[in-house]
Amino acid sequence: MNSGAEQQIQWEVEVKGLSKYFGPRPALRGINLGIARGEFLALFGPNGAGKTTLIRILATLLPPTAGTAKVAGKDIRREGEGIRGLIGFVSHLPLLYDNLTARENLSFFGRLYSVLDLEARGDELLEEVGLTHRQHDLVRTYSRGMQQRLALARALLHDPAVLLLDEPYSGLDPQAVERLQEVLAGLARRNKTVLLATHNLEEGFEISHRLAILAQGRIVWEGERDALDRQELRALYRQYAGAG
Amino acid sequence: MIGFISKVFAILGKDLTAEIRSREILSGMFIFALLVILIFNFAFELQRGELASLAAGVLWVTFAFAGVLGLNRSFVLEKDRGSLEGLLLSPVDRGAIYLAKMLGNLIFILVTEAILVPLFAFVSNLALPLLPLLPVLLLGSLGFSAVGTVFAAMATSTRTREIMLPILLFPVVVPVVIAAVKATEVVFGGRDLSSVADWLRILIAFDVIFTVVSFLTFEYVISE
Repeated sequence: MNSGAEQQIQWEVEVKGLSKYFGPRPALRGINLGIARGEFLALFGPNGAGKTTLIRILATLLPPTAGTAKVAGKDIRREGEGIRGLIGFVSHLPLLYDNLTARENLSFFGRLYSVLDLEARGDELLEEVGLTHRQHDLVRTYSRGMQQRLALARALLHDPAVLLLDEPYSGLDPQAVERLQEVLAGLARRNKTVLLATHNLEEGFEISHRLAILAQGRIVWEGERDALDRQELRALYRQYAGAG
Repeated sequence: MIGFISKVFAILGKDLTAEIRSREILSGMFIFALLVILIFNFAFELQRGELASLAAGVLWVTFAFAGVLGLNRSFVLEKDRGSLEGLLLSPVDRGAIYLAKMLGNLIFILVTEAILVPLFAFVSNLALPLLPLLPVLLLGSLGFSAVGTVFAAMATSTRTREIMLPILLFPVVVPVVIAAVKATEVVFGGRDLSSVADWLRILIAFDVIFTVVSFLTFEYVISE
């Protein structure tokens, strides 16, 4: 993005000089990043690059050591509860209660998010992620892929302004990856603001609008997805992150 | 305020539903407490006169250790399955999470007591003065879970969480256990509730102070 355009863009996620240290070890070193409203950004990086730390800070689960960040216009340091009501979060763990059914999980989280017309919203989301037929089964009886789709339904329950996805494909078989990919592509078409963090270059490439590479706690490259193909992305990734 | 209370009951309801289905917390607490009571009963073979004074101590030691088992599990189960993170990601005041967890732990302790106290009275051939005993059990258990819930949350993030909880909890909860033992001893001795008024006042004061302090500090305890 050039500087002229930057001034006009309404950033839904805005990160400035964000650093995080765990003791003396730096996980993030002065990150600057913006995601415009309705934009789907895929953030690639090897294990240990700092992707999860960045997402957890944006989700208000971790405080930063230095720098600032705003999500949906709210400051992560001062307006944590407000931000939590405006984001949806999916990680490699489903963050669900496996002794409850899918419907009970959605009803529970719906009450926490004060979702109106919870029954209808639950129907809609279960339909979208293809779990209507299993809605009354305990989550512990679900396959990993089904749990992950339900996790996505939970994250979308309150129609969040921003979706934070941290390795959502982790541990899924190819069929489940494809199914999840379809659901995420639907979000991109609906202009949801999405930050997808992954170490796998294949995931999210097609459906994202913009790409970034994070290595050793720094954004080392970012650009429009249309400007390059998969081969070029792999070459860039090898150059900046050392693998791919 | 209505939203806050509704969220407390949503979390509490979820915890109770999950426990009714899995019985992971209650079964552990109950079996442990039952074994301790049976061992004490066979070990001492007390005479009628001694029984009242020792029974109170035996009961509260049993509840305290069984309570620690339950408290440990209440957060560990959620932490290990990742669902605690789902809870922390929702726009809920951390105080609401504390209150719900504290009430859940209190209910689990009271259920264990409701089964074990009559059982203990039966195997020990001890008269059970139920009415004066109820406020003592309620206030003692409330104080225990008020402090225990916040320390259980604290211990969950440590590597040695099973050891850490009793080390943190017992020094702080000693006044509750002493007051509860003394009040229970008086009640088992056949005296009425007015005789234990001073001990009950101590329990009430402890419960109020530690519930408020724990409620206010829970946000810092549960944050990474």
